[in-house]
Amino acid sequence: MSFDVPDDRRYLESHEWALETDDGTVQVGISDFAQDELGDVVFVELPDVGDDLSQEAEFGVVESIKAVSDLYAPVGGEVVAINDDLFDAPELVNDDPFGEGWMLEIEPDDPDELGALLTADEYEKQIA
Amino acid sequence: MPLQTPPLRGIHDERGAKFTEFGGWDMPVEFDSIQTEHAAVREDAGIFDVSHMGQIHVSGPDATELMQRLTSNDVTRLDVGDSQYAVITDEDGVIIDDTVIYRLPDEDGQSTFLFVPNAGTDEATHERWIRYRNEWDLEAVVDNRTDEYAMFAVQGPNAVALVEEATDESVDDLERFGARYATIDGVECWTARTGYTGEDGFELIVPWAAAEEIWAAFDCQPCGLGARDTLRIEAGLLLAGQDFDSETDPRTPYEAGIGFTVALETEFVGRDALAEIEDAGVDEQLVGFQLIDRGVPRHGYDITNAESRVIGTVTSGTMSPTLERPIGLGYVPVEYAEPGTTLQVIVRGQSKKARVETTPFIDTV
Repeated sequence: MSFDVPDDRRYLESHEWALETDDGTVQVGISDFAQDELGDVVFVELPDVGDDLSQEAEFGVVESIKAVSDLYAPVGGEVVAINDDLFDAPELVNDDPFGEGWMLEIEPDDPDELGALLTADEYEKQIA
Repeated sequence: MPLQTPPLRGIHDERGAKFTEFGGWDMPVEFDSIQTEHAAVREDAGIFDVSHMGQIHVSGPDATELMQRLTSNDVTRLDVGDSQYAVITDEDGVIIDDTVIYRLPDEDGQSTFLFVPNAGTDEATHERWIRYRNEWDLEAVVDNRTDEYAMFAVQGPNAVALVEEATDESVDDLERFGARYATIDGVECWTARTGYTGEDGFELIVPWAAAEEIWAAFDCQPCGLGARDTLRIEAGLLLAGQDFDSETDPRTPYEAGIGFTVALETEFVGRDALAEIEDAGVDEQLVGFQLIDRGVPRHGYDITNAESRVIGTVTSGTMSPTLERPIGLGYVPVEYAEPGTTLQVIVRGQSKKARVETTPFIDTV
């Protein structure tokens, strides 16, 4: 089975993706591989806007019917937006993990942290 | 130890199933998605490969007595083609396993039984039967036929029509817990109106060598152990090793809410202990609950009372695909067992409000 791994973003070994947006914030979600492994997502717990996160800190939880999984921040910084559509429609994580299933946006403290994450090629090798 | 594999491991793999270890077997956990499979069983029909379930065949002049003395229910109530839910208890009345006992057609004029212990317990159960048979000097042949039979469950509102179409002989006249041999593609299958989903349907015990053709005779949603778990929790049915475990969470049938499997008028291992418990009453019992706050209850989570004192443990939990709300089972002191009672479940350190509910959570057959 092959999974989408868009090359416009970076990845954590723990399967979160990080996408730098035009205004310099970093959007975060989980990969196609991760949503497939989890199965039907039924609940997502996210931080509050304004919370400060450090890189690789736990920022929330995603629960599927069969499993619960912690979520880790790809970069440190302040949470400037969360996708509250996921509270009523957690299945967006399954349906569109790289788009409408995004989870939060972080104003990064150090934009260089993004460059240290896995490239799409490196992440693809990890899940192969 | 290598995992045992069901006869259709390769077929399931080709179909795109994901697998999980369960009771020492490598079993399909999910074919498409748990919600898709779950919905198919509630609304249409689904087929499960449950070949990990054990099969123990008991025959001979003392087969009835051996079964009677090692299981909690009254096997003398079974006519040929009847089946019965029962538990196997130790001397203290603690549930070792739960099982369905089928009375097969008589062999040599003598009552003959097939019973289905849980995955991974067939060898220990077989040894237990042999040990007691020898100790009691009974004349019975006890065969572990787990490797000879595959087992499939066809479940859902349209399951009976599917089985009826597949079998040469009509089976839709069978009542719940009724069973008989029926022929599918020339193969004789033990066809029982039993199941573990809360829906109508059949369980088929089929020769291992014919598993592929029997499986292919049913054009419906293949389902894995994931959906089997969500379906059985909604139906309030117990999972061995999780809702009771003689090692880690010893429970009697009365605590587990299956006192109806105990026939105290019969003699069996554990009977005297259970008679005392039945007389004295239990301190704790299994309840169903709904989580009112957001979150998903899971096996092992603490249950607390309003004063934040831990009073119990979640044994099973899920987000119910049918009800779209989080539900679970767990043991609590009897004073907290009344439906409507408010409890708290500790979900990853956070206290979530829960309410005791009657089970099954859904209407079942």
